[in-house]
Amino acid sequence: MFATSLIIFREVLEAALVIGIVAAATRGIPARGRWLFGGAMLGLLGSAIIAASMGAIAQFADGIGQELFNACILGAAVVMLAWHSMWMASRGQAISQQARSLGGAIRGGRQSLSILLVVVAVAVLREGAETVLFLYGISVTGTTSLVEMIGGGALGLAGGAAAGLALYMGLLRIPVRWFFSVISVLVILLAAGMAAQAARFLVQADLLPSLSAPLWDFSNFMPNESPAGAVLHGLVGYDAHPAGIQVLFYVTVAIAIALGTQWAKSRTISAKK
Amino acid sequence: MQKIFALLLISASMTAFAADIEIKLVIENHRFQPETVNVPTGKKVKLVIENRDSTPEEFESHPLNREKVIPGKSTGTVYIGPLAAGTYPFVGEFNEKTAKGFIVAK
Repeated sequence: MFATSLIIFREVLEAALVIGIVAAATRGIPARGRWLFGGAMLGLLGSAIIAASMGAIAQFADGIGQELFNACILGAAVVMLAWHSMWMASRGQAISQQARSLGGAIRGGRQSLSILLVVVAVAVLREGAETVLFLYGISVTGTTSLVEMIGGGALGLAGGAAAGLALYMGLLRIPVRWFFSVISVLVILLAAGMAAQAARFLVQADLLPSLSAPLWDFSNFMPNESPAGAVLHGLVGYDAHPAGIQVLFYVTVAIAIALGTQWAKSRTISAKK
Repeated sequence: MQKIFALLLISASMTAFAADIEIKLVIENHRFQPETVNVPTGKKVKLVIENRDSTPEEFESHPLNREKVIPGKSTGTVYIGPLAAGTYPFVGEFNEKTAKGFIVAK
């Protein structure tokens, strides 16, 4: 049962951390719970569909359909996070000032929620599809009893959810003064990490050159599969031994979103004058 | 921007032609065959993984930074390398107890 729960936990963790950040980013926006839940449900539904059509996806494009698919949905999430980061810079200040007055936050809040709904759905979709396939596999082989499967699954799910909740509670303890800056940096690093993952899939499919792999190797110090490595991977895209192109994607996307966010902010300030 | 994209496309198509070594790997009864795969250093290698089981498997290697789901009764492709000399373990994540192997680059 422990082996089953560990695998489920690993799959759930990444999605849970994304939801934790998104939940913190939508702090003060009414009805966000419904939207986040909706995103998670959409993601789960999508996982089941993806898992069922994995055979077709895998055969697509000469056996690299899965990599293309993963890179595309990661790319979509990056665009959504970039959009949200810029949106938060232009509208977020007003929201943070009126965080406690519901009326002020409603305006524009819906737009942010619909963007983040996509991010949550994508995060759940990616990890969910693998989980569904894994559970399907062990249920078919019959090496694992049903009790073990359900028990292990529930345990892993609870562990992952607890990690996401812990992150969320931790973020909420940040003083309001710094809160939006911290969230904004987290959103940018989350997006950069996803871009780096997309690059890794494209290298695996031989669509991008690796540009020296690995560029460095920290696997003796903090391997990807260590608890700290796994959490940092989900949060900021940590990779113990990245290919050069992953680092390139990471840095480029982080700088691009940071610049875009600065631009959005300065435009709002000059518009107010 | 367009120039960068064109460059990426060209380099991508070049690397696609550069992969000349192809190695077959079979998954059967949740085991890899062969379990030890020898590859030359400094060359890109195309791993063609055929899953003969009816259940899906995930080819995963942390040292190689690769992960790919291979559905039951199907074949998947994973490009690896160019590698430095060394031993790189991989597993089938869905059946980690039995599905294990090594890529040895020398």
